[in-house]
Amino acid sequence: MTTTMTAKAALLSALHEEMTRDDRVMLMGEGVATLHPDLVMAFGADRVRNTPLAEAIMAGCAVGAAASGLRPVVDMLYAPFLTYAMDALVNSAGKLRYMSGGQFSFPLVVLANTGAGWGVGAQHTHNLEAWFVHSPGLKVVMPSTAADFKGLLKSAIRDDNPVVFLNDMTLLHQAGEVAEPDDMLVPLGQAKVMRAGRDVTLVSYAKTVHTCMAAAEVLAERGLSAEVIDLRTLKPLDMETVLQSVQRTGHMVVVHEAGPLCGVGAEVAAQVAERAFGALKAPVRRITSADVPTPASHVLEQAFLPQADQIVSAVMAWVSQPAAA
Amino acid sequence: MNSIQALQRMLLIRAYEEKLAALQAAGPFPMSCSSQGQEASAVGVIAALSSEDRILTNHRSAAHLIARGADPARLLAEVMGKATGYCKGKSGSLHISVAELGVVLTSTIVGGELSMAPGVALARKMRREAGIVACFFGDGAACEGIFHESLNLATIWSLPVLYVCENNQWQAFVRRKETMQTEHISEWGKGYGLPCQTVDGNDAHAVHEAARAAVAQIRDTGKPFLLETLTYRQRGHFSGDDEAHISDAERAPWLKRDPIELWQSRLLAQGQLQASDLRGLKDEALARIEEALAQAQAAPYPSPEALLTDVYA
Repeated sequence: MTTTMTAKAALLSALHEEMTRDDRVMLMGEGVATLHPDLVMAFGADRVRNTPLAEAIMAGCAVGAAASGLRPVVDMLYAPFLTYAMDALVNSAGKLRYMSGGQFSFPLVVLANTGAGWGVGAQHTHNLEAWFVHSPGLKVVMPSTAADFKGLLKSAIRDDNPVVFLNDMTLLHQAGEVAEPDDMLVPLGQAKVMRAGRDVTLVSYAKTVHTCMAAAEVLAERGLSAEVIDLRTLKPLDMETVLQSVQRTGHMVVVHEAGPLCGVGAEVAAQVAERAFGALKAPVRRITSADVPTPASHVLEQAFLPQADQIVSAVMAWVSQPAAA
Repeated sequence: MNSIQALQRMLLIRAYEEKLAALQAAGPFPMSCSSQGQEASAVGVIAALSSEDRILTNHRSAAHLIARGADPARLLAEVMGKATGYCKGKSGSLHISVAELGVVLTSTIVGGELSMAPGVALARKMRREAGIVACFFGDGAACEGIFHESLNLATIWSLPVLYVCENNQWQAFVRRKETMQTEHISEWGKGYGLPCQTVDGNDAHAVHEAARAAVAQIRDTGKPFLLETLTYRQRGHFSGDDEAHISDAERAPWLKRDPIELWQSRLLAQGQLQASDLRGLKDEALARIEEALAQAQAAPYPSPEALLTDVYA
């Protein structure tokens, strides 16, 4: 059975279910108790805690708590605020299991909103996922559908490692079908084929998955069959699903909202070049935002975002200039 | 812990640090940050803790670890990158944690221990587990923003943390007086609403009495306490440092108040200790460190395959 809910409701539903299932799970953040009185009612003020507006100590506290038997979920609100929390997340959560020779584990989840489209400007919108992907010991999740918001958050909470869970703000209010009641786990590290196709592989995650789906519709009208892959988890990164697809299609476009330099798309492209070069009929293309801070003006923000027509143009360029036989 | 046992621990710490310094001077040998001169603070506080209490410390941690009962052979092995080290050689000297002794963290990010301490205490409190958290940091860490965030959070959430600031007068290569307008860290703590006390950190008895009272108060109220121990870093910032920034004139008065000399003089004066016993205790400490070194030297290095283990749980 499924029900329709927004991604935001799906996240809350996941939290509710996991806090019911495991009394070690707790939530802390700037206003989580104020904004979610239902959670306070259900689980008590001990387990749903407002914090000072001090991201460094919020993150550090979560790391210490995770090392000592709790499973904290910490809400950092907006991804750029993670820069204040980087020390605890990168130097402690990600490294201390290794540095301690496996004596401690750090089962915690860091929630943060990201993604352009709200006109809030660069200090509230910054796609930082590649920073965390580059940091050893962390896992990074960035879902695109309501069902995945729920299923991935439940898996992240149950994972014994630190997980950075990034929510694209414009997706939070989109409704989707979500399985009921509470048994829907989406494993970390498994990409999803959103649409099967033969001619080109479109690889993406979060909001731009939908951009790829829109591009695939247009391509279909032009007689081209695009396969769309949602990575869902950026670390661990499911390259097998990508490689299998590229082996069949011979063409790949990687699309994301973060900038191009050293982004996730660069990694995906490099691995395809290393591991499936013979299958490629054309160079891999990346379609990303420009390497600029996220602008606030709606017009500039839209210019910043990857667009479906850019994807279509990239694919049509290959069709109009076929590779030499 | 009785007076003689406290002396034994301090002598063992000193013998360990002096051996490390000698190995480093002879080189090549991995670097470390010495806590020589801070033994009374470590032993005095840790003797006030129980086995269920948790400890977070910093890069100048040898005194804390040995005071807590860490095996010098496994510490030396860790410094040397051997597989028998407490962290399988993956830490080195700077981040040694020892779960079996309740040492959750040794942080070399200055203030990292202050960052995690409220969380460790929160877990104790929410899981209704006995025990408090002792967090050792220096005056350098107190100048980090996280010090203020940590004390504030521990106070508003009533977390059982004993903050121990070992004010050792140096912040890496910077004199404390260059970075602080106030003389005492405890003055800063007062603003957050937790009880604060400054003691002579080279007097093991004074440290121990203050720590016992502070720990009792934390156990009783569940609220944090800041104890500042005024002490002195007798060596440079790290073992490769030529120590040219420290003058003999600065060192002399502190060396006259060396915590081990003070303690043994007191025990001799009180008749608790005879000069001949003292020689025996020192020889015993030296012998134990020589044996530890032999064990560490004989220990294997990790296999290269260990590179990829312990990243994820």
